[in-house]
Amino acid sequence: MSERVESTDILDQLTSEDYQYKYGFESPIEEEIVPPGLDETIIRMISEKKGEPEWMLQWRLQAFRYWQQMKEPHWANVRYSPIDYQAISYYAAPKRSGGPKSLEDVDPELRRTFEKLGIPLHEQELLAGVAVDAVLDSVSVATTFREKLRSLGIIFCSMSEAIREHPDLVRKYLGTVVPPNDNFFAALNSAVFSDGSFCYVPPGVRCPIELSTYFRINARNTGQFERTLIIADEGAYVSYLEGCTAPMRDENQLHAAVVELVALAGAEIKYSTVQNWYPGDKEGRGGIYNFVTKRGVCLGDSSKISWTQVETGSAITWKYPSVILKGDNSVGEFYSVAVTNNRQQADTGTKMTHIGRNTRSRIVSKGISAGYSNNSYRGLVRINPSADGARNFSQCDSLLIGDKCGAHTFPYIEVANPTAIVEHEATTSKIGEDILFYCNQRGIDTETAVALIINGYAREVLSKLPLEFAVEAQKLLAISLEGSVG
Amino acid sequence: MKRPILEIRNLHARVGESEILRGVDLVVYPGEVHAIMGPNGSGKSTLASVLAGREDYEVTEGEVLFDGKNLLELSPEERAREGLFLAFQYPVEIPGVSTATFLKTALNELRKHRGLEPLDAMEFMTIMRQRAALVQIDPAFFSRSVNEGFSGGEKKRNEIFQLAMLEPRLAILDETDSGLDIDALRIVADGVNALRSPDRAFVIITHYQRLLNYIVPDVVHVLYRGRIIKTGTKELALELEAKGYDWIKDTAELEA
Ligand SMILES: Nc1ncnc2c1ncn2[C@@H]1O[C@H](COP(=O)(O)OP(=O)(O)O)[C@@H](O)[C@H]1O
Ligand SMILES: [Mg+2]
Repeated sequence: MSERVESTDILDQLTSEDYQYKYGFESPIEEEIVPPGLDETIIRMISEKKGEPEWMLQWRLQAFRYWQQMKEPHWANVRYSPIDYQAISYYAAPKRSGGPKSLEDVDPELRRTFEKLGIPLHEQELLAGVAVDAVLDSVSVATTFREKLRSLGIIFCSMSEAIREHPDLVRKYLGTVVPPNDNFFAALNSAVFSDGSFCYVPPGVRCPIELSTYFRINARNTGQFERTLIIADEGAYVSYLEGCTAPMRDENQLHAAVVELVALAGAEIKYSTVQNWYPGDKEGRGGIYNFVTKRGVCLGDSSKISWTQVETGSAITWKYPSVILKGDNSVGEFYSVAVTNNRQQADTGTKMTHIGRNTRSRIVSKGISAGYSNNSYRGLVRINPSADGARNFSQCDSLLIGDKCGAHTFPYIEVANPTAIVEHEATTSKIGEDILFYCNQRGIDTETAVALIINGYAREVLSKLPLEFAVEAQKLLAISLEGSVG
Repeated sequence: MKRPILEIRNLHARVGESEILRGVDLVVYPGEVHAIMGPNGSGKSTLASVLAGREDYEVTEGEVLFDGKNLLELSPEERAREGLFLAFQYPVEIPGVSTATFLKTALNELRKHRGLEPLDAMEFMTIMRQRAALVQIDPAFFSRSVNEGFSGGEKKRNEIFQLAMLEPRLAILDETDSGLDIDALRIVADGVNALRSPDRAFVIITHYQRLLNYIVPDVVHVLYRGRIIKTGTKELALELEAKGYDWIKDTAELEA
């Protein structure tokens, strides 16, 4: 008998291939790591190493005190073994980081790492119009395109630099969207955040380029606590791209970032993410715990915040990029594709809080589960009594590949204003053997068939990404497909 | 004499513990139309599935040559690219993939296999419009997901549309007539007749004789309990229609 006929269930093969993690390498850059553990001394040390002013230190210490009072939450539909917060090292910095003035000053080894990752740091990419504030572990290493942005009055720099150079702006907005005591992980981040990006776009200015940051976890046993703050002043526009990828390793790593967005009257912020942290091996060993707090506030009238995310990586993803719609006529959007494979777990979604009148929100969530993974959408649409004429539309779709994975939807709707209109649609589809055989019978192999179906399925979300990022996102979907298709 | 496009010799196949095909012999030449009739559960769809390469079915004995090649060692997609097409009895819905994208991918896979350049969007659209007209498919369907929300009849017409697009050497139609009203039946039959050619063969599986009034077969076979128990001309179909399957069953039992 032919081998092919004897082979077992095709979906077993589809979902059992080793996830060939494309970016699984570590760069041998010397790093400076503080000893594991967390107490006030460590926080003082972090603040001192970064040369921070006293107010910042006090802010961190206050957050640390909140954190000590808080308990790690466990309401998400994810399972993991307990995290020992005293075993984590809370600070790592590349050693030769005397603040490079140009690309030539950047450590060649680091630049090679970025090249392997395909991160554009050379002239061609400047021509491509991408400004990169590259974060390796905790300290910003290189920033490009600063001059052009500066001439428009746009500030785009590392958070550390913003704290030194633009303290008034940072003090005015830091922690106003995600307060230090917002939740356990936000408190932890506020106490120990290492670095991240800061962006301020002045009134009436349209940022002419997509701003990018690439994150990368590199130091063994080093938690990642990025802190990002973006402010679009009245009538301003900015599109921000965040992409991440991490090297192969065994231990679980905690990633607890905080992102805050502030849109003043008439302003618009587009925040796009492609998340590809190491997901662990196919048995679920290793991989990143991605517990992130992302929130934006439409503070002014007629402002708009749009989150787009393509989540393919991490062992556990737990995040809800949200919008508080405070200004009248403001708009909040959330577009998400979350792929889980093997033993990955994702509990992701959004919160839209309608406060202003005629506020509108739109949620499009596409979950894709394969292997033994679990994928949950959790969303809250809250219409406050003040939100006359508020509208929400939610579309939550789940796609299952094989029959050993799970998809769950937890839509919460709280409406306290009778003039509001809230619509929710949900579908579940399955790529079963019938569909794959049908495609095969038309000459389309299984891998191509799955790619075709998934790209079609995710199209509405991918189309919201800036063009050059959409291509990268499609590639990423293909990479996670290589894991799910033999 | 031309070489057969399909040669099945003593084919046995099972699903799980039960043997469903129990020694099928069938030879089809290019240009011919063969009808396979038989009561429900005789193994007609099983035969089609085994030929298309579905994994649930285990071939335990016999051989199948497709244009002289050993068909059973090819993967389902290789069989398709070699020119074997199955119009499914129950076509599936493919969420999120438009008919146009699906067929463009399929057609370009076939062209790649034949060493041809992929078609560009314009060439492809032209061919698609022309073939759609053959089975009266509304071009609005091109942008809809494959079979999603289609009625039973639309799904069957869509199968014939795909046949017209992919231009196979051998087309197997599994109960394409079931669930069709008389108008749809005529559209499908006209489409198939238009696609008949000296290099292309058809195996038409049907439970009823009705379709064969419109697509006139060269040969009619009766499959019963996993074996072809009778072969004749189109008159055999009429005889079956008149006398019912019991007549043939009795004959089969007498012979057994
Ligand atoms: N996948 C399967 N699993 C179990 N039994 C099957 C399967 N496919 C077909 N059979 C059985 O094989 C026999 C023939 O089925 P089928 O080929 O569908 O007949 P027909 O198309 O002639 O009606 C039936 O008894 C049917 O129940
Ligand atoms: Mg059948």
